[in-house]
Amino acid sequence: MITVHHYLVLSAILFSLGTFGVLTRKNAIVIFMCIELMLNGVNLSFIALSHYLGSMDGQIFVFFVMTVAAAEAAVGLALMIAFFRNKESIEVEEFNLLKW
Amino acid sequence: MELLFFYLVALVAVVSGILVVTCKSPVNSAISLVMTFVCLATFYVMLQAPFMAAIQIMVYAGAIIVLIIFVIMLLNLGTAVMKKTSHSIAGAALLGVIMLLQATYVLNRSAVTGTQGDITPDLVTTMGHTELIGRSLFTDFLLPFEIASILLLVAIIGAVVLAKKDV
Repeated sequence: MITVHHYLVLSAILFSLGTFGVLTRKNAIVIFMCIELMLNGVNLSFIALSHYLGSMDGQIFVFFVMTVAAAEAAVGLALMIAFFRNKESIEVEEFNLLKW
Repeated sequence: MELLFFYLVALVAVVSGILVVTCKSPVNSAISLVMTFVCLATFYVMLQAPFMAAIQIMVYAGAIIVLIIFVIMLLNLGTAVMKKTSHSIAGAALLGVIMLLQATYVLNRSAVTGTQGDITPDLVTTMGHTELIGRSLFTDFLLPFEIASILLLVAIIGAVVLAKKDV
């Protein structure tokens, strides 16, 4: 019997993996993909809880998370193209203009 | 049997999640990410949310990943040279493990309680998941739905302006 805890632990594992990737990788596109992984971990726990509580609200929230992720993908990747034009690289260490 | 299937798909999801983080080439990371998305769509079907599974495949595995791979190919990114920064990896691993332990500790301490809604599995099968989502979206959540459409319009304009040659 699968309980809601199985899904919640899996979503916690995916979220931690995404955090690890965001903190260790240097390539901005890989960091972006790790953020998508974190968002998906959260989506899984939303849908699991909405199923176990018999409510539709969690799934509506996932719908909006996906909308925001699509907008984020469009704007974020356009930003990366603009970065690449300036620096010929998308390593995050190259972007140190605001570094103190 | 169902539990065995859950563990199999969960294993694939976690292994491809690890590959997203560790692969040297961004294209390999993107393809592993597709694998994770497909596994999550399987879980959505198991949780009786087939509309969400379809949206997951179409929006994430279809649109967003294609966009990411387009940008990787456009910028002609090669394989990353992994610099030896062991202290940052150790710190990040520590943080990730702490977050995981915290989440599992909280989960073990508490049962899932809350106000039970009126959506039963029988209702989902008789009425259809898409119709239930649509009813909820166009009655209770109409204003957020409209705001989401404005957000998408702003994102389209923003992407065009940012990617232009001379801003």
